[in-house]
Amino acid sequence: MLSDLSGWAITAVAILGVLSVAAGVAVFVVDSMARATFALLASFLAVAGILLALDLVYLAVVTALMMTIEMAIMAVFMIMFMMNPAGLMPMTMVHNAKGSAAVGAGVFVLLAVGIWTIDWPTMNPVRPDDSTRQLGEAIMGSHMLVMLVIGIGLFAMILAGTVLATARGRYDRLGPGLDAEHPDDPVPGGLRR
Amino acid sequence: MPEQTLAEAWGLVPAVLGIVAVGVVLGVVVAAVDRVVVFGASGAVVEPIRSSARLLAEQRRTTLAPDRLLWRIGCVAVPTLALLSLAVVPVAGRTLWSTSADLVWFNAMEALLWAAVWLVGWGPNAVHALTGGYRFLAQGLAYELPLMFALITAGLAAGSLRTTDVVAAQEALWLVVTMPVAFVVFVAGAAAFAFWGPFAAPAEADIAGGVTSELSGVDRLLVEAGRAVFLGASAAMAAALFLGGDSGPWLPGPLWHLLKTLAVVAALVWVGRRMPVLRPDRTVEVGWMVLVPLTLLQALVVAVLVLTGFYA
Repeated sequence: MLSDLSGWAITAVAILGVLSVAAGVAVFVVDSMARATFALLASFLAVAGILLALDLVYLAVVTALMMTIEMAIMAVFMIMFMMNPAGLMPMTMVHNAKGSAAVGAGVFVLLAVGIWTIDWPTMNPVRPDDSTRQLGEAIMGSHMLVMLVIGIGLFAMILAGTVLATARGRYDRLGPGLDAEHPDDPVPGGLRR
Repeated sequence: MPEQTLAEAWGLVPAVLGIVAVGVVLGVVVAAVDRVVVFGASGAVVEPIRSSARLLAEQRRTTLAPDRLLWRIGCVAVPTLALLSLAVVPVAGRTLWSTSADLVWFNAMEALLWAAVWLVGWGPNAVHALTGGYRFLAQGLAYELPLMFALITAGLAAGSLRTTDVVAAQEALWLVVTMPVAFVVFVAGAAAFAFWGPFAAPAEADIAGGVTSELSGVDRLLVEAGRAVFLGASAAMAAALFLGGDSGPWLPGPLWHLLKTLAVVAALVWVGRRMPVLRPDRTVEVGWMVLVPLTLLQALVVAVLVLTGFYA
């Protein structure tokens, strides 16, 4: 399977793989929440680079796009809610060091065993002209049910997370009878709904 | 069938240098037009170059205990990402590199720019800069989705995410005719991502310059140049995606694209400089509650038109 790739692609995948792991390690070494967040982003961008080297452009750019947005939002929440908001005091991303080391080693062994023992398909299917179109047809066709279930699941998670996190409900906004003319919001928002 | 890219036509190094040159020229054009609109015509082209040279020579000042690494990364990333977004904008009818996901690439560069500007605000360890950075995060989050839908709508009509395909799909009719909302949202979203004009709240005077407040010397030059280049790149992209790119009678194609880009820049600056700065706490909700449904509706209209064979 590797023989399909050019020497450049293999080199790029190897270097970016090392970079990705190194940036992932950096997440747990640096002592500032902002640096940890952006080290994680660097790791994801290296993965996006690997996808790019494998000629999966859409997956690569969408990984970069989604992970960037995710990390930027995470930066807001982590700095809001977690220790060391300004990066001035020592902090660590490592909690429960022994337990997490055991879990990490276990998952690594599981994945490594899986990668080397699974009977990967060896026949060389014809590569599509346009992997983006192929992906789109898969998502909108044979895998649509999976994508819909995942989408609704994620959306439910977002709603549940917001409901759990916010201290204010509709009665705080619109009064006990839910009949206030305008909601009482700490930040007006602009539409005066 | 993928068309030839600029890198294949000119060779990689000349093509990259050419795109960088185009980016710098676009940035100077944006700065010059901005100056003409605000101060009148005197020295419009010379002034951006002169102040750039001054910033290059200026000594950098710093703050107490800055996060120097992240600060520098942010400052360098802003112009770099602006130039990278230009890689999928057609210049002389070809893009620097052409993939089946050009529009998503453009969008990804915007998202990275968003994170980079937050870094510029975070880096100096100063309250006004950080406030500006957080304003930009909130503002960017509200305009990111409408912008994404606007870009995708153009790709939807063309049946391809490749910029050159979108340009080719407009031979009969400019896409702006059937998707005016997407066009306006795209241009406004680009201004919001360059925190420019009415969207300049992250760098506004009420927080002493916000994200730009602690920038000096070459750092300020990089960030300001990045904003201008990104605005120029977005104008060129808007001209390509919605205004037919290089289609037009009599004149050669690239000249038409240039003229349309200049028209978008002029309109953007002329309108943008006549509007007050929008307060994020009063407009972010508009992004979520008005622009997102509006752009979705626009995408629906275009999708129905595609199904009826309108664009074929």
